[in-house]
Amino acid sequence: MVPLEHYLTLSAILFATGTMGVFLRRNVITVLLSIEVMLNAVNVAFIAFGRALGSADGQVIMFFVVTVAAAEAAVGLAIVIALFRHRETLNPDVFTSLKW
Amino acid sequence: MIPVYFAQVGIIFATFGLLLLAAAIMVYSERKVAAIIQQRYGPYLVGPKGMLQPIADVVKLIFKETLRPLGADRLLFMLAPLISATAAFAAFAVVPFGAKTTLFGLLDTPMSLQIADVNVAVLVIFAITSVSLYGIVLAGWSSNSKYSLLGALRSVSQMISYELSYGLSLASVIVVAGSLSLTDIVNAQAGTWLGFIPRWFVFLQPVGFVIFMIAGIAETNRAPFDFPEAEQELVAGYHTEYSSTPFMMFFLAEYINMVTAAAVATDLFLGGWHGPWLPDYLGWIWFLIKIGAILFFYIWMRWTLPRLRYDQLMTFGWKVLLPLAAVNLIVTAAGVIYFGY
Amino acid sequence: MVLFYLFGTVAVVASLLVVLQRNPMHSVLLLIVSFVALAGLYILLDSPFAAVIQIIIYAGAIMVLFLFVVMLLNAHKEDDPPAGSLTAGGPLRIGAVLAVVLTAELIWALVRAEGTRDGLLAGGAGADPGTLGSVRELGRVLFTDYAFAFEVTSILIIVAMVGAVVLAKREL
Repeated sequence: MVPLEHYLTLSAILFATGTMGVFLRRNVITVLLSIEVMLNAVNVAFIAFGRALGSADGQVIMFFVVTVAAAEAAVGLAIVIALFRHRETLNPDVFTSLKW
Repeated sequence: MIPVYFAQVGIIFATFGLLLLAAAIMVYSERKVAAIIQQRYGPYLVGPKGMLQPIADVVKLIFKETLRPLGADRLLFMLAPLISATAAFAAFAVVPFGAKTTLFGLLDTPMSLQIADVNVAVLVIFAITSVSLYGIVLAGWSSNSKYSLLGALRSVSQMISYELSYGLSLASVIVVAGSLSLTDIVNAQAGTWLGFIPRWFVFLQPVGFVIFMIAGIAETNRAPFDFPEAEQELVAGYHTEYSSTPFMMFFLAEYINMVTAAAVATDLFLGGWHGPWLPDYLGWIWFLIKIGAILFFYIWMRWTLPRLRYDQLMTFGWKVLLPLAAVNLIVTAAGVIYFGY
Repeated sequence: MVLFYLFGTVAVVASLLVVLQRNPMHSVLLLIVSFVALAGLYILLDSPFAAVIQIIIYAGAIMVLFLFVVMLLNAHKEDDPPAGSLTAGGPLRIGAVLAVVLTAELIWALVRAEGTRDGLLAGGAGADPGTLGSVRELGRVLFTDYAFAFEVTSILIIVAMVGAVVLAKREL
């Protein structure tokens, strides 16, 4: 059987990958995708722990995380669309001032 | 005698072959039934009464030239029909079409006529139907053509709108049956009331059945919801730029999606393989008869009803069907608690 | 065991490519591949419901939303970063090194707490896998222990729907 550490290692690698994406990419949509990667890493950890502890709580919490991720993706993409309408670019470095 | 493993591999090949045969029969019967409704002959030249027409169609399509538009993204253009066809076949893997049988005593233990008896089978079908959206949207995007893109966007937004009502009517059946496994849902419909009314869920859930059928027609992009492929407007929608074998795969995927939707409707509402005069191990004959009836209904609807305009379609899906499905679920749940099932 | 490494490798490689490659359209599709691999992992962890929910909601709905936005904004080519910005060669390399350091720290922190328990995932702490993943048990826990969170989530979804429509409208 696969020990728990393997799943946690996988979760850690995915989380670090997502974090790297959030900080280094210059395209807002890719930044949002990296946030989804991070949320998935957390989901893996939850389900692995849920299975290890023998309770259904892991899946329930994963269910809530997925719901929150869906809501955040929807609102985030709406913001991206609104931003794009103003400056015609998806580079977050352009949006540096609060009022123009 | 024969280990179950071989029988399972055999079932996989048999199901695949039967699905292809079903698609071929659908192609032929669609044209024949359309012809009868429109009071003309249908195909009658190829084979007796035109029955080899699908073979002629396939041969013609294979020998055409495979084109690719200039600005098309090469990988996605080739990937899209594969996704459509694969998802169409994969959804049938969890649909049971017969009772547990030992294949006339050849097997040691009874095996159900289902490739994978998953205990969340209903959700798996829903999930694979959601994935088949990607074939359409990738086809529309990667073709680099305005007709394809518009058709794909319309088609995908129609499908995700009607998926909600589809899911809610599924949820009503699950509430009544108490299980997510399709085999359990079918077995909950065995037997009769008063000796002659079969215990099918369509009698307990008439509104749910109607919603499911309408959502199924919208999911498979058939008339009257086939605005995304409206020939008068969008040339051919998302598969405008596809030619020979990829086009055949889209065609195949559409017919197999229809067969899967009919099979799922049969399992959920019409009692699956249970029927009056045949023993259980011949139940697949009843299954085929019921699927045939539903598919005839699909073809009949296509050539009888006019097409819904896109905003009428979306209005209907969101403002009529979704509240109706939600109310149906609430009433069903209340009924199950009150009457106990 | 083999399946774990297969799915895990696919998930990690797909996520790395999501972050590293240039075309956002391909990023979205690679993320879908990663989701499907993770769904396979959830099935290995005796959680079929979680796997199916992952595919229906994440790969089937959220990613379609991303695809729509990518197609709508015509974002299929990324702008080249101006010189001296944060993704020129130097910062990217430092960022990658820091990510590796983060990974090592996370793994160290997560794994060293393992010494107190043993035999996890080999036996499960008491519940047999048949009832663990069952939807009935999940529903019971969801509607009794987590009922408040469930109701709050429904409010969250309504707020998100209204917010998304309001934010993306041209004129109010």
